[in-house]
Amino acid sequence: MAKLIHRTQEWEVKAGITIRDVILKTGLNPEAVLAVRDGQLINNDTKVQDSDIIRLIDVVSGG
Amino acid sequence: MKCRKCGHEAVLNMRRHKLALCATHYLEWFPQQVERTIGKYKMFTRDDKVLVAVSGGKDSLALWDVLLNLDYHAEGLYIGLGIDGGFGYSDLSLEKIKEFMTTRPGAVLHKVDIRQAYGESMSQVAARKHRGRGKPCAVCGLIKRYVMNRVASENNFDVLATGHNLDDEVAVLLGNTLHWQTGYLARQAPVLEEVDGLARKVKPLCRLYEREIAAYAIVKGIDYIYEECPHAVGSTTNRYKELLNRLELDSPGAKLQFYITFLKAKEQGFFQKATEQVILHACENCGQPTTAPGICTFCRLWRPAQNQVEPDAQDQSS
Repeated sequence: MAKLIHRTQEWEVKAGITIRDVILKTGLNPEAVLAVRDGQLINNDTKVQDSDIIRLIDVVSGG
Repeated sequence: MKCRKCGHEAVLNMRRHKLALCATHYLEWFPQQVERTIGKYKMFTRDDKVLVAVSGGKDSLALWDVLLNLDYHAEGLYIGLGIDGGFGYSDLSLEKIKEFMTTRPGAVLHKVDIRQAYGESMSQVAARKHRGRGKPCAVCGLIKRYVMNRVASENNFDVLATGHNLDDEVAVLLGNTLHWQTGYLARQAPVLEEVDGLARKVKPLCRLYEREIAAYAIVKGIDYIYEECPHAVGSTTNRYKELLNRLELDSPGAKLQFYITFLKAKEQGFFQKATEQVILHACENCGQPTTAPGICTFCRLWRPAQNQVEPDAQDQSS
């Protein structure tokens, strides 16, 4: 299992599905977040792997 | 998903462009897009002195970073509004800017602290004035526009650049369209020309998505303030952005299309320009341009003893 973090919320997610699908399952919009793993930006077609810790960063923020 | 240019793993897939890029090629692509926008709308040249309004957020820091790397004469302006929100929002924003400057030798930052200059923070004056009741954004906007214009004109900047991105532009466009605010629609543009002491204003990021700008900041290692302004939570602008992102999810490129076709419609004269010429006067207190004779709206915000003419502080990274 992998962990997905967005703000103060955390989810456990199964490995093997894409970041995009994981984002959609949480109710978030892939157009409104970016996924970061180990401090690196990853694209939404990347598949989640076991033990991943993925942070979702809101792109809407003060500029 | 692989980078279209080199085949390495892509960090970002931009569905609106049908383009995925790795970190290296994204860091080349992004500044090229900014340069194209500057050229397309004739915003400024390398001979111009550009004042960049920086807040510590991703848009303004990314913009300043790109302009410095593209060898534009770009100095920053930070306006300390004194917003706390329970976590020192304004102080944290300034920390991010200072951190940014440690890696940009020679970068110059102008700072105006509203509380020091005028005796109250933006939040305090907003709470006191009718204009700011319930939501301080109107007062905040007034203060920022005034200070940006004043610093630009007093320091002989040719142009003022802000980090408004395409998501900002289409959110405003949607709001103005829903309410048929034709006057505002006629005025919305990538470039606002100089008028009688009001500085020329440009938006070099206006064709870039907020997501793309955030990606640039993350890949480039620019640490920015992630937290929203505490006063922006639940704002109408953010609701419009949510709606537009839902549209974008189903129709990649929809946001850009909305903006570009709006600009084309404006070019074709769809929005009648305001026929009434606005006459600007010099404020009797500060000398800045204002639409009505007497004291300008900015000076009227402050208690009489605090209407000071304050020089700005300058920081230069070594």
